[in-house]
Amino acid sequence: MAELTYRDALRKALADAMTENPDIVILGEEVGRYGGAYGVTKDLIKEFGPERVIDTPISEPSIVGAAVGAAMTGLRPVAELMYVDFLGMTMDQLANQAAKIRYMFGGQIGVPMVLRTQGGTGRSAGAQHSQSLEAYVMHTPGLRLAMPATVADAYHLLRQALERPDPVVFIEHKALYTMKEDVDLGARPPAWGKAAVRRQGKDLVIVTYSRQLHYVMDAAKALSAKGIEATVIDLRTLNPLDFDTIREHVERIGRAMVVSEGAMTAGVAAELAARISEECFDFLEEPVIRVAGEDIPISVSPALESGSVPGPQLIAEMAGRLLA
Amino acid sequence: MSKPKGASAPGTKTNSDLPELYRTMRRVRSFEERVGELFVRGQTAGSMLHLSIGEESAAAGITAAMKPQDTFTTHHRGHGIFLARGADPKRMMAEIGGKEAGYCHGKGGSMHIADMGLGHLGANAIVGGGIPAVVGAGLSARRKRNNAVSVAFFGDGATGQGVLYESMNMAALWGLPVLFACINNQYGMGTRIDQATANTALHERAIAFGLNGESVDGLDVEEVAEAARRLVDAARAGKPGFLAVSCYRFYGHARKDKSPYRDAAEEEAGRQRDPVAFARARLIERGLVKAAELDALDSEIAREMDATIDFTIAQNEPPLASMFRDVFDPSEPEPEPVRTRLNRVLATEQENG
Repeated sequence: MAELTYRDALRKALADAMTENPDIVILGEEVGRYGGAYGVTKDLIKEFGPERVIDTPISEPSIVGAAVGAAMTGLRPVAELMYVDFLGMTMDQLANQAAKIRYMFGGQIGVPMVLRTQGGTGRSAGAQHSQSLEAYVMHTPGLRLAMPATVADAYHLLRQALERPDPVVFIEHKALYTMKEDVDLGARPPAWGKAAVRRQGKDLVIVTYSRQLHYVMDAAKALSAKGIEATVIDLRTLNPLDFDTIREHVERIGRAMVVSEGAMTAGVAAELAARISEECFDFLEEPVIRVAGEDIPISVSPALESGSVPGPQLIAEMAGRLLA
Repeated sequence: MSKPKGASAPGTKTNSDLPELYRTMRRVRSFEERVGELFVRGQTAGSMLHLSIGEESAAAGITAAMKPQDTFTTHHRGHGIFLARGADPKRMMAEIGGKEAGYCHGKGGSMHIADMGLGHLGANAIVGGGIPAVVGAGLSARRKRNNAVSVAFFGDGATGQGVLYESMNMAALWGLPVLFACINNQYGMGTRIDQATANTALHERAIAFGLNGESVDGLDVEEVAEAARRLVDAARAGKPGFLAVSCYRFYGHARKDKSPYRDAAEEEAGRQRDPVAFARARLIERGLVKAAELDALDSEIAREMDATIDFTIAQNEPPLASMFRDVFDPSEPEPEPVRTRLNRVLATEQENG
């Protein structure tokens, strides 16, 4: 066991994978000499050299596009997008190129690249640096999507992403980088694409991912004090989506809530709620509830910012009402 | 397939292989004429077909400078480039026709054809979309020390796209083995180059980024081949380049476009700038090949390309079940079809009443 931060775990995953696989290269803005805007790639350039840790100009479309070309010609690139908010800049290369190349070309070749980025609120970073855009990715066939909530998953999901044959978008949460956990990285991780049941309870199922897992766990503790016991499912990856685990628990318990930081309308929570409603209809005692981000841009004001996304209090309150 | 005998005569200004370049261009012309015909007859899939007639010198001249380990991407008007690189015209036309026997099993078509065997990293239906991939291929070549050059082919329309400049900047900054090949056919769809940019000397922008940059007249395939060889060789040695080949798009943007935005006199003059006819006249003028031999070659190519039409028409469409294949790696489960999922959901509903 060792105490690590989420940031340390990500860095260790990159370093360990790069040591094992000489084809892994990192490219992005400030990933080398600066060490990454959030410090994830700190000193990797010293360890692996500038041929493998490549500082780029501020050119997001071509960073992702170069990763596509590198992946098609034998490398395993990790492109870093400093903020997920810049996804729109790169969407042609990600959604029209990386996601479709295997299919359009009849299975001749895949694009084994990882696009590392970070999103979410929590640093008073304003409307263009605080979004949760995972729905854009989840809505695009051909992309895998991982969103680690824990230190152990930051390590294991990134190592697993670097073994996948298809493009993986890997979205970290900016509010989690300094979170610490005692982790045993030698312990066998859950398989890629499997959700983790973080808490077992008989009264309702809460399905979530990324930073909201921690708010849900706080809410579950508060609910428990009132005699309500929640089962908490951390999806870990949104594509593949482990719906079997969701179904198993929802069918047993009959009440479900979905919690996501992304904007409510047409978001990840909407998709999950629709699927649960459709596939588990006969087992539900109440409508599936979405607790998600407001349909508004994120403000710099910390009060408005934290009010724009779910928190433990809202989650606990709505769970309590669902059971009332 | 026979080819006319004779290399460039001593004392001519180039040392390129004009007979071979002519043969390549003639095959491209012949292929494009037939694929256009197939389209008019309603026998190709897809609602869009972009022909490269008038631009054959760029395809023949630049691919002649490439080595087997080299890779490339193309734009949406890329049939000629792929054929010049050595594609099988039957599999190409079958792909354009959306048939199972095509290079991409009918999923890609005219604008998304690719073949890893020939280093074709893919045609693209997004203007400029295939350009940054060559930067990545250049990074691979450098790391793998495989001496490969990667060439991005695109049209003058792509000079309006930001990714071109990002990618040129990266290639120059990192000294990558990359060539940016701009086939300037004067039109981005219906907009003439001088209606899209103030400085039409396109190579100058590449020079500004620190690349080698040249513009050549696409009427003369030998000039194209010479310039391409210089630039590809320099790219292989670590100095990336940009080559603009000036030519004229003989027909509309797509097969159904009658070009109402340009006048008949301009088209007439543009079609006089025919690189295939120019090369043919030069071969005869230099006494390298007799007119009768060229006629025989042209007929042989015409027969080969006629056969590709027959082949394409005879091919099957891909099986419906192949629709769910290759979204992800074959080791992964295929996406569940909507019908299967709903059958499962509704069956459960009925069981549970």
